[in-house]
Amino acid sequence: MARILQLTLNGRARSDAICENVLLLDYLREIVGLTGTKTGCDGGECGACTVLINDQPRLSCLSLAALADGTRVDTVESLVSDGRMSAVQRGFHEKLGSQCGYCTPGFIMASAGLLRRNPRPSEDEIREALGSNICRCTGYVKIIEAVMHAAELHATGVSP
Amino acid sequence: MNEIVPTHTIGGYVPLVDGPEKVSGRAKYTADFITPGMLAGRIFRSPYSHAEILDVDVSEALKLPGVKAIVTGADCDKGFGVLPIARTEHPLARERVRYCGEPVAAIAAVDDATAKEAVKLIKLKVRELPAYHTAGAAMAPGAVELHEHRPKNIERDVYFELGDVVAAFAAADLVRAGTYNCAEVCQNQMEMHAAVADYDGERDRITVHASTQVPYYVHLMLSQILGMDMSRIRVIKPHVGGGFGCRTETLNVELIAALLARKAGGCVRMVVNREETFITHRGRPETDIRLKLGMGKDGRITAVECECIQRGGAHSGYGVVTILYAGSMLYAIYDLHNVKYFGKRVLTNTPPCGAFRGHGTVDIRFAFESLLDEMAGALGLDPFAVRRVNLLPTAPTFTDNDLMVNSYGLPECLDWVERESGWKTRKGKFPRGKSHISKGLGMACSHYISGAAKPVNWTGEPHATIKLKLDFDGSIVLLTGAAEIGQGSSTVLVQSVAEVLGLDLSRIRIVTGDSDVVPKDNGSYSSRVTFTVGNAAIDAANNLKAVLIAAAARKLDAKPGEIECLGELYRAGAQDKGLTFNEVVTEALKDTGTITVTGNYSTIPESHGGKKYRGAAIGGTMGYSYSAQVVEVSVDEETGVVTVDKVWVAHDCGKALNRLSVEGQVQGSVWMGMGQAMSEEAAYHGGLMLTANMLDYRVPTIADSPPIEVGIVESNDPHGPFGAKEAGEGSLAAFLPALTNAIADATGLRVNDLPVTPDRVFAAIEKRARGPKNNGGA
Repeated sequence: MARILQLTLNGRARSDAICENVLLLDYLREIVGLTGTKTGCDGGECGACTVLINDQPRLSCLSLAALADGTRVDTVESLVSDGRMSAVQRGFHEKLGSQCGYCTPGFIMASAGLLRRNPRPSEDEIREALGSNICRCTGYVKIIEAVMHAAELHATGVSP
Repeated sequence: MNEIVPTHTIGGYVPLVDGPEKVSGRAKYTADFITPGMLAGRIFRSPYSHAEILDVDVSEALKLPGVKAIVTGADCDKGFGVLPIARTEHPLARERVRYCGEPVAAIAAVDDATAKEAVKLIKLKVRELPAYHTAGAAMAPGAVELHEHRPKNIERDVYFELGDVVAAFAAADLVRAGTYNCAEVCQNQMEMHAAVADYDGERDRITVHASTQVPYYVHLMLSQILGMDMSRIRVIKPHVGGGFGCRTETLNVELIAALLARKAGGCVRMVVNREETFITHRGRPETDIRLKLGMGKDGRITAVECECIQRGGAHSGYGVVTILYAGSMLYAIYDLHNVKYFGKRVLTNTPPCGAFRGHGTVDIRFAFESLLDEMAGALGLDPFAVRRVNLLPTAPTFTDNDLMVNSYGLPECLDWVERESGWKTRKGKFPRGKSHISKGLGMACSHYISGAAKPVNWTGEPHATIKLKLDFDGSIVLLTGAAEIGQGSSTVLVQSVAEVLGLDLSRIRIVTGDSDVVPKDNGSYSSRVTFTVGNAAIDAANNLKAVLIAAAARKLDAKPGEIECLGELYRAGAQDKGLTFNEVVTEALKDTGTITVTGNYSTIPESHGGKKYRGAAIGGTMGYSYSAQVVEVSVDEETGVVTVDKVWVAHDCGKALNRLSVEGQVQGSVWMGMGQAMSEEAAYHGGLMLTANMLDYRVPTIADSPPIEVGIVESNDPHGPFGAKEAGEGSLAAFLPALTNAIADATGLRVNDLPVTPDRVFAAIEKRARGPKNNGGA
């Protein structure tokens, strides 16, 4: 069955006809064409598909698109403003928190969610907030540095 | 006025040149190429481990509305495989299935739901054969042979003895043996395998996007499987979400997508799921090792006897090379003579193994460094002292198996980790109160090659080729087939060219991974890119610089030898106002229009290894990296849980071209070694992989992962690009034995089977607690 989905996606109001059983992940990638959000597993194992729903990190592979009706959904594509990287993106880029880049959108959205609710997280708080995201390249050391760096950039006025 | 000086980045902390794409979501990976009208591909896989195929009935599936094409083994009569001597695998099984999950048929349909539905309608009729899920079962007398000409299911038997092993053991002060088992492990890179194949029926051409480390090998195999001339094929490698070796050979995924696209006459996107990515496999084989060492009282290793059996899976893949590496790489780290090695690579009814990071060297190094530690303890020697007494003679030197060592930073690596970890003051001095937590320190070493000295496909061409294009706009485009897979190869190549020309990185753009545009490259494996392609990039940049200097000399009415290149300024002596880079370019273009130059690199014959035994060329390289590690652990003796508190690792990469990347690569290697050592294991039940997801295949999370402090040792290899060697693999292996050595230090218990799960540690603790009672106090 089809239904109309209305939401605010990356700051823009949208209405789409969708099948009721379509996942938010597939809606974003295949219907809207926002392929920054990645599929990394068969459901809820890796965190690569993390997006923000009303500022809360959520796994888009375990969310029905229909349930996002009336919400604010932000994907990694929302963070660049005026062509410039956000603090979290800059943190991951400058500190090599991203190697192959495939898990990166998920880590970045989980980190953005963290910084929105806690602008100066401790190392333990970072570990807790990113505990359900898997990276296979970095060993996480530079991911922690990246988020710390992002928090510092954010403190100097760069948007998170 | 600011003086113009050449820009340098070599040795600095340089963020990746493709980083902005990755952090913004703009980077496109194969599965992201979604176009209207494309078909969805799905694979029907064998539920049997070993069976003769009697019939693949696709008639019902073909009738399903929306199904556009179905391919089976009947559509692919040619075999494929990375080694020219072992092309026995078919993209879709023919006559026999040899592992549970092997592709049998594939469907292209209008959407994924239809393709999935059609898979359910395929009927496979078989006669089941006995299946062998362990190396022992496959080699047992009377076992059915998986492949022709592989008696006892042995893919390759390796044997060599160099020196007089019997006499050396007889003369040793201490002889010890150990048996070790390392579980099979998977790369489990974050991007699942994907291919998008687009067939142009009008022109009989095909374009394939593939998530691969080796676009050139994919090109070769597409030609072979499709029976199409190579000139009709275009291979594009977009961004790739990691590889760690599972993509160093052509996989069935890209071949099946291409077969489907041609049959359907259109574009097919094949994205396999995580379970299928696990089953496609190419991981590190389960390895059984029996190692015996002879040692003098001073810790000097006098004799080595090593037997290694690898459960290779159902097809050869890189198997022959893996079992050879395991033997040859006993050498080139310590000064060894009197070495005997037996290796067996066994064909089994499990998914095919491949070339996982640290290819062939990791499990052997675990056994070797574990036994070394045990024997050091028996002789009352410090583990560092035992390594030091066995160091290679001063480089340059050749090993007994003819491996060329030109630079050797292992002594400095040992010094660094010993100092930084506080080994001398902290080892054996952790407080042992009433607490059930025991702490310990362990150390170990490892090494790796910087590219195989001889490529898999020996064609006589240079080992690496780079093209630079310079045009009216003054930008330099670097064209390379080297596959950026996240390891930072594009950044290092851009840096290399910029360094030679003294230019800022922003003047250079890099284009990789499109066979229509870039020169052929053998691919990203065996840590070859920095050394081999890096040297080609330097050669290309020098050639371009010569063209620019000649143009500047002409314009300035000077001799080329008088021209000074300052990057953005070329001048004839310090008093000369000189020409800007753009003015030099304008002058240079007058002769030829758009400038393209080539740079090449080939390894030298001395690096190609020897001929003392069959396969002795494997292990030959232009430069070995070295690593030493100290691992600090806490062992909870009530639960068996081991926590890694900290790792100190020193890596000799010759010269750190990009310190940020070297640190990242070394940390990633150590951490991947930690996964193998502590929690990762591909487990099977009756040939069915039980761990084909990221919950059961236990990858360490950020919560489990320790701080990893990296020391960079620069031995300045005489042949390396700016002195560099590899940095992305060599530090993996040392973690495994450093961990178990630390556990032994903490508890007195030695764990020789990996992974070191809490169950295993707890069982060892229990056994020790019961031991004296059961043995009557003996």
